[in-house]
Amino acid sequence: MTSDTTLNIDTAILTDWINRYANQISDNKAYLTELDAEIGDADHGINMQHGFEAVQQRLPGFAGEPLSVFFKNIGMTLLSKVGGASGPLYGTLFLRMGMASAGKSTLTPIEFAEALAVGVEGIRQRGSARPGDKTMVDALTPAVLALHHALEHGATLCAALQAAAAAGEAGMKATISMQAYKGRASYLGPRSIGHQDPGATSAYLLIKSAAETFCPAEQATR
Amino acid sequence: MKKLINNPSIVVEEAMLGMARAHPHLLRAYFDPNYIVRADAPRPGKVGVLSGGGSGHEPMHGGFVGAGMLDAACPGRIFTSPTPDQIEAASHAIHGGAGILFIVKNYTGDILNFDIAAELCQASGIDVATLLIHDDVAVQDSLYTAGRRGVGVTVFAEKICGAAAEAGAPLERVAAIGRKVGQQGRSMGMALTSCIVPAVGRPTFVLQEDEMEIGVGIHGEPGRERVALQTADEITDILVATIFDDLPFRRGSRVIAMVNGMGGTPLIELYIIFRRLARLCDDRNITISRNLIGNYVTSLEMAGCSITLLEADDELLHLWDAPVHTAALHW
Repeated sequence: MTSDTTLNIDTAILTDWINRYANQISDNKAYLTELDAEIGDADHGINMQHGFEAVQQRLPGFAGEPLSVFFKNIGMTLLSKVGGASGPLYGTLFLRMGMASAGKSTLTPIEFAEALAVGVEGIRQRGSARPGDKTMVDALTPAVLALHHALEHGATLCAALQAAAAAGEAGMKATISMQAYKGRASYLGPRSIGHQDPGATSAYLLIKSAAETFCPAEQATR
Repeated sequence: MKKLINNPSIVVEEAMLGMARAHPHLLRAYFDPNYIVRADAPRPGKVGVLSGGGSGHEPMHGGFVGAGMLDAACPGRIFTSPTPDQIEAASHAIHGGAGILFIVKNYTGDILNFDIAAELCQASGIDVATLLIHDDVAVQDSLYTAGRRGVGVTVFAEKICGAAAEAGAPLERVAAIGRKVGQQGRSMGMALTSCIVPAVGRPTFVLQEDEMEIGVGIHGEPGRERVALQTADEITDILVATIFDDLPFRRGSRVIAMVNGMGGTPLIELYIIFRRLARLCDDRNITISRNLIGNYVTSLEMAGCSITLLEADDELLHLWDAPVHTAALHW
């Protein structure tokens, strides 16, 4: 057993994660909207902030629930508050994470990684996007692969999430040179090349905020 | 940003309240979740016709709610698709037992949200069919894009499907008529100026005084090309040529034509465009049997226009002529 398994991921730390992410969305609202203005319809930051603000308001009421209920509540809130493509996609991520956590009140790091992978697969199915289509999948897919790989090789959750964030960031930056084949940006054809995908950017922030939340928590358990 | 608003975050709700006060005999507005239904909904035994999409395209869709057209409209925030809970609640409010047709414009967000809503409705025993509108010839229709955007033909589909449903057609028939409208209609638009999303406060894109965007989307999405400004006749020629290249309407065919303002273009200019459009149709021996000229599918205050042509047979013309009582269309 590696030392990272001492960290039990419960709704308290997951609440910290979602709160941190909601704050980062709020801080980056203008940036995300600007990215979207270049190749989309200039609403990604606004919609995400709207949805995660609602999640943040409701989060205290979700704490202590079984993880399936905790994640489902987040997913349903996003589904009803975000709109656009982001609502169903981020909503699906959390709904699927809830299904993957059925019957549990805490997750081990590897269970967390598995739940996240199930959520990302849900996004891929709902949006029928493949890697390389210039979407949030391009940040999330390498991130969940890196997370799994690092944990399987004995890394701590902190180290694994940092690797995942690095992979997610690289994936996000790789969208700059991609041509969009999904979503509104696809209408631009080759004109979509040269712009960073706003969905991949908000997706990278989700992984980055996980690393920033779980690393200090893991230190504290040592 | 100079707009007649009170607060960018409640633009949609305040406009809905205004509509409800203005047209109590036509429609009712509900909030949280937001939707608009015709005043006499639900109509037992009648197929419900429901549409929705981002706000900012007024009068679409709320202005088309009423007898002979839409039973419900689900307005999302500005340029943002409605959410599944809105669509589900509106569906329950209009369900008369004969199922519901969702008229959905082809945008990724709209499709995902309407898909989830359809699953929710079907789970509670409501039969749902979806009509996807993708008529914008400015956009490449290929496997490598999300497909063509839904624009002007939406108005024709809502009117014609609404008339078919009002006449008692079953769900599959209403959907089939809608698909025919989709197959036989094409649109193309252009912009002279950008729109400003209230929550953003700045123009979505910038066009110089001597530039225009050909093929612009109704959310300020870039179009085919940015070119030097030309005359009304030259612009009409470009739009119509692109439509005719895509769907060569047969000589001798009849069409319903719409010259649509994007929100910031005066009617006097739209008539100049229609004058040229009529000439071009004459030259091809195409008869404009019916026309709509005005602001129907707008993009906030964007200046510009779009042209939509729908090849119409006796069935479609008959349904087009059927009575309609909505805030924006009435005869």
